[in-house]
Amino acid sequence: MSVKLGVPSKGRLMDKTFQWFEKRGISLARTGSDREYAGAVTGIDGVDLVLLSAGEIPRELAAGRIHLGVTGTDLVLEKLPLWEQQLQEIAPLGFGHADLILAVPKCWVDVDTLDDLDAVATAFRAVHGHRLRIATKYHRLVRDFLRDAGVADYQLVDSQGATEGTVMNETAEAIADITSSGETLRANHLKPLSDSPILRSQATLWRSRSAPVTAAEKRTVEALIERVE
Amino acid sequence: MPTRAETLAQAARLRAQFEAAGAQPIETPILQPAETLLDLYGEDIRARAYVTSDALRGEQMLRPDFTVPVVQMHMAHGAEPARYTYAGEVFRRQEHDPDRSSEFIQVGYEVFDRYNAASADAEVFALIAQALSGLQLRAATGDIGILMAAVLGLRTTERRKAALMRHIWRPRRFRALLDRFSGRLPVPPSRAALLASDDPMNCTAPQIGRRRPAEIAARVAALEEDAAVPPLSATEMSALDGLLSVRETAPYALAHLRDIAVDLPAITPALYLLEARMVALEARGIDVENLDFEASYGRTSMEYYDGFVFGFYAERRPDLPPIATGGRYDALTRQLGRGAEIPAVGGVLRPGLMLELSEAGA
Repeated sequence: MSVKLGVPSKGRLMDKTFQWFEKRGISLARTGSDREYAGAVTGIDGVDLVLLSAGEIPRELAAGRIHLGVTGTDLVLEKLPLWEQQLQEIAPLGFGHADLILAVPKCWVDVDTLDDLDAVATAFRAVHGHRLRIATKYHRLVRDFLRDAGVADYQLVDSQGATEGTVMNETAEAIADITSSGETLRANHLKPLSDSPILRSQATLWRSRSAPVTAAEKRTVEALIERVE
Repeated sequence: MPTRAETLAQAARLRAQFEAAGAQPIETPILQPAETLLDLYGEDIRARAYVTSDALRGEQMLRPDFTVPVVQMHMAHGAEPARYTYAGEVFRRQEHDPDRSSEFIQVGYEVFDRYNAASADAEVFALIAQALSGLQLRAATGDIGILMAAVLGLRTTERRKAALMRHIWRPRRFRALLDRFSGRLPVPPSRAALLASDDPMNCTAPQIGRRRPAEIAARVAALEEDAAVPPLSATEMSALDGLLSVRETAPYALAHLRDIAVDLPAITPALYLLEARMVALEARGIDVENLDFEASYGRTSMEYYDGFVFGFYAERRPDLPPIATGGRYDALTRQLGRGAEIPAVGGVLRPGLMLELSEAGA
């Protein structure tokens, strides 16, 4: 048996992850055709590469089906309550930086802080008869953040993509989403609140606390961690 | 740990006691329309209740407590005055503490009575205290009505009072507002810049979204008005701070609050009610001399109590949630009653926890 390392299966995140391991003497590569999600590992023995969607890696780590995995802090915190009990953070990888922010229309000249958002939410509800809608896919993180801040009279509406467009389409009044440069926000006439971000995220290597290991696998995991730390 | 059958038997005994005290037994559906609960509690309820759905009825929640369905049932076709008792499961999502139950049995007793609040408060508390006797619990009591009266009596604008009232149950935001209104917190730079601007509504970005320019202009006007309002006086602020930190036995708390009423005279009627409640509790055999009273108690629960509040705690088992809780929720009946309202007070017990404690003590 061997140690399973989960890595995002496509795009920049995969390429950067490969480069990061390469620098530490571990080569990860996809094998077969471009469409086949199989991989090979050289430079360390006993490690299998498992290519997965970044969004599934937290769950696979928590379930113990992979021993190690690379994914964003945002996805781990959103998907795994009490994540510290399930995962150990090994190393931040220094790329995939993104902040989870709350943003409102730029034309809301009266709104810059959570205080403002809360005040506007109550007035909005009185005028429009429904709570102020915030579009997001990070339901748990946003709700916990707003509850701690004591913001009321809002509702979360689910948006799995093109979230910045929801305000213009009038399916939401504000958004909470990941942004790296803020360009998409600006292009959609939105501005972040000054007391965001809710979370600063980057690609991170995690170890599962629950994946079963033999003595040999345990040594492999430890050797790999030593190489990359 | 008690078995489910033992817990159900205990629940049936408690309900029978409440029936003997004059309550009518009622049942409520387990599936509740999510919309009502969301309107009342906001998005936070999603973190606390299990949500499910079907294509016909839309989103439904597994009953997180009995209060809402009992109030709705009473408002729809209850006679007055009314006393109800019920027993059944409630369901709570647990995201932070794996040791808390996600499903447990509650038994409750609720009184809807328009005429004698102090006596109804005392009746509910005394019945629950009696049901719990022998378990050596500590009772905590409070009265959110006193804080509400203090806020309504502040010498400031209606707008500021409304903002504070809205956050009575969110202590952190309440505190932040107080700090802002008293000038303890500086005006944030973005607000100062907006207020200093000759043309605050000037914005090059296009108007998008459902919030109209008129709404934005109205808030800017409100902010300008508010900037001219003098801060809450140091006297009122220190009286409010004093009020929030009152925590002693009921007679001392009352004496202390009477001192505070010199600076916050608006709380005086609420203090008469507190005193009348203490007399009523005494008449029902409660040891009021040694009863704890905390002016801030009950503000963080999600029940929206707005008067008398209480809870019973096992001091030997700080890991356990309260064994019983309750309070007055007049405002909730107003919200659910669409114009109608009826003063209401009630409490719930956890028979499972009661058995766990008595087993451990035996």
